[in-house]
Amino acid sequence: MSSIGTGYDLSVTTFSPDGRVFQIEYAAKAVDNSGTVIGIKCKDGIVMGVEKLIASKMMLPGSNRRIHSVHRHSGMAVAGLAADGRQIVARAKSEATNYQSVYGEPIPVKELAERVASYVHLCTLYWWLRPFGCGIILGGYDRDGPQLYMVEPSGISYRYFGAAIGKGKQAAKTEIEKLKLSEMTCREGVFEVAKIIYKVHDEAKDKAFELEMSWVCDESKQQLRKVPDDLLEESKAAARTALEEMDAD
Amino acid sequence: MKTERKLEKQARTVRSGYLYILSLALSASRDTAKMDLNMDSNAPHSMGTTIIGVTYNGGVVLGADSRTSTGMYVANRASDKITQLTDNVYVCRSGSAADSQVVSDYVRYFLHQHTIQLGQPATVKVAANLIRLLSYNNKNMLETGLIVGGWDKYEGGKIFGIPLGGTLIEQPFAIGGSGSSYLYGFFDQAWKEGMTKDEAEQLVVKAVSLAIARDGASGGVVRTVVINSEGVTRNFYPGDKLQLWHEELEPQNSLLDILNSPTPEPMNI
Repeated sequence: MSSIGTGYDLSVTTFSPDGRVFQIEYAAKAVDNSGTVIGIKCKDGIVMGVEKLIASKMMLPGSNRRIHSVHRHSGMAVAGLAADGRQIVARAKSEATNYQSVYGEPIPVKELAERVASYVHLCTLYWWLRPFGCGIILGGYDRDGPQLYMVEPSGISYRYFGAAIGKGKQAAKTEIEKLKLSEMTCREGVFEVAKIIYKVHDEAKDKAFELEMSWVCDESKQQLRKVPDDLLEESKAAARTALEEMDAD
Repeated sequence: MKTERKLEKQARTVRSGYLYILSLALSASRDTAKMDLNMDSNAPHSMGTTIIGVTYNGGVVLGADSRTSTGMYVANRASDKITQLTDNVYVCRSGSAADSQVVSDYVRYFLHQHTIQLGQPATVKVAANLIRLLSYNNKNMLETGLIVGGWDKYEGGKIFGIPLGGTLIEQPFAIGGSGSSYLYGFFDQAWKEGMTKDEAEQLVVKAVSLAIARDGASGGVVRTVVINSEGVTRNFYPGDKLQLWHEELEPQNSLLDILNSPTPEPMNI
């Protein structure tokens, strides 16, 4: 999977002979080094979950939020370089408020995703800018219902039923594919996301992690909210039991 | 600004000091009947106007008269004051003809781009907001009152009134222009929620017709535009086919017709 660019990978404005831009691929590797981030689209909303790898025991639990609210109806979960992510979130918030001022209605999620993707892509066009080293999972609930988008460092943005980025993305994607998302409510989705994150967390490599989840669904009145604490605790407990049952086999 | 330009022209063609002062006093207020002996055909065109927008069960009906006046002279007696912004949103224009045309043109351009980006028809609310932003941010320079009406799949038929200062107000029905002063009482009595398409159109035609009867700055024909989920329909009601109201005379095509009649009298009362 990893190939050495040798000479064609020094600048984002250089193509390799086989048509790849190595700098963008290296940026994607930065995303793969971060904790897993998952998003799923249930029948009544979106649930996003982040496996926050805790670097130090001195960190306050609940700080360093990885899921940011972009507008009342949408939010972004960021994986990869946190500082780059902050920049993208700031841009997305600005786009959303600008759209609201000019057009008088909340920005459609599709439009927001396109604007974020163009912004990320912008930084892959000039030699004096480096690509963003983060992947974004964007979930929102607008007039056309709940929608989930993923934006990669290359600037590609697609709409998904379920998406995963970060360390455990392969395993997470396999798990998500097993789910029947169109019949699931967000409440059930919260439990599933917790289970998946606990499952793909690698105990050997990374010791401690904190699970952070947000949702935007009918229950949260189509607004982005943290998953309520009681529900979060329930889902964590259920995930841990499921993991023990699996280990017991 | 309008008064300054008028002053310049009048100063050039003034016949006596007294007449000059008189015409100044008379043209100070735009609403007074002007006995302008020195009529200026290059003066800004103003649409006296009666414009109406009404929602009904399933869409909207927009209506307007067709008189564009330059002082006392009717510059265009068959103008179309209901202009298209998108396939599903139209706007009724009143006030300065130039200002309202320019605002419509800008908004049509922005909406066109917006539709392409969005990949689906723009909503009436977005169209109204764009008009409002232009009206409000340029309020010192513009003099135009607009009624935006249309149909979109999310909210159905909607009417938004955007009067002179740049307020945006969503209303079940809206009236505007100089002729609307005579219609407030009429609508208070005749308007009802959930009318059918035909009821709404008849209401609009009747209202414009009543305003034309009383407002000197409104006249000509009545144009209506019906917008609903099925599309847009334009209708035309010629001025001489409208119902006659109290004390109105029968329309006559030409006074010369009287000469051809068996007993030519100068005036048949």
